[in-house]
Amino acid sequence: MIYLTRRATFSASHYYRNPAWTAEQNETIFGRCANRNGHGHNYTLEVTVAGEVDPVTGFVVDLKWLKDVIEREVLADWDHRHLNLEALEFIASERTALIPTTENIAIAAWKRLEPAVAKAGGARLSRVRVYETPEIFAEFRGEA
Amino acid sequence: MKAYFGRRYTLSASHRLHAGSLSAAENQAVYGKCNNPHGHGHNYVVEVVVAGQVDAETGMVVNMATLDAVVRATVLDRFDHANLNFDPIFVNLVPTTENLCRAIFHLLREALPVIEVERVRVEETENNFFECHAHGVS
Repeated sequence: MIYLTRRATFSASHYYRNPAWTAEQNETIFGRCANRNGHGHNYTLEVTVAGEVDPVTGFVVDLKWLKDVIEREVLADWDHRHLNLEALEFIASERTALIPTTENIAIAAWKRLEPAVAKAGGARLSRVRVYETPEIFAEFRGEA
Repeated sequence: MKAYFGRRYTLSASHRLHAGSLSAAENQAVYGKCNNPHGHGHNYVVEVVVAGQVDAETGMVVNMATLDAVVRATVLDRFDHANLNFDPIFVNLVPTTENLCRAIFHLLREALPVIEVERVRVEETENNFFECHAHGVS
């Protein structure tokens, strides 16, 4: 089994807000991230797939294919967007919201990528890691 | 759903690698420059990964402000701009980065009882680092 990782970057804005809470509660829990005007990051997305090496090509998967999957499934919708206002996962209703924390962004990226990787066969999605800054990251490995 | 949250911190500290049970010549042979008598320093990077369920209300495994405060109180205030050899942990333990990594892992595990410390990585320089994992703790 070999683990292969492709890295991609995207830039997006977001804010943290739980619509079930008061403005004060949001401010207390989320601090500056609760600023309703939003703020942005240069995110780095690391997508790791696991599989056996194909005896003919020497590949686990074709990196160009994986690059295109990441581009199509994630970057096309998220790059240079406001996640709370434009990314389907994070658009809030009046009462509930999936907050675009780094954890939730990693899970959302997994959900976007997993079907495409599974459908292609040959490898399975093993890990998605999202860096919000070089010092802050979150990871999802498909665990319940 | 279970997710992992990682955070990187830096601390600068000095140390000297010297085992009390070895002779001066043996220490020199084992540790080389790291055994020089007055010690030397590094800018260490400490990478902490915690694991847990993503809280439905906050979207977080852990509030970063909480994690930062615990790491500051437990690790950075203790080791940053300090000489590791003078810390009680290293009185009878050589302050290699292996031992520093394990010490930090155990300190954080005690300080964070309700959250799983999945892994601690300590980078001594850009070219070497050490990890201590929850699975395989010794």
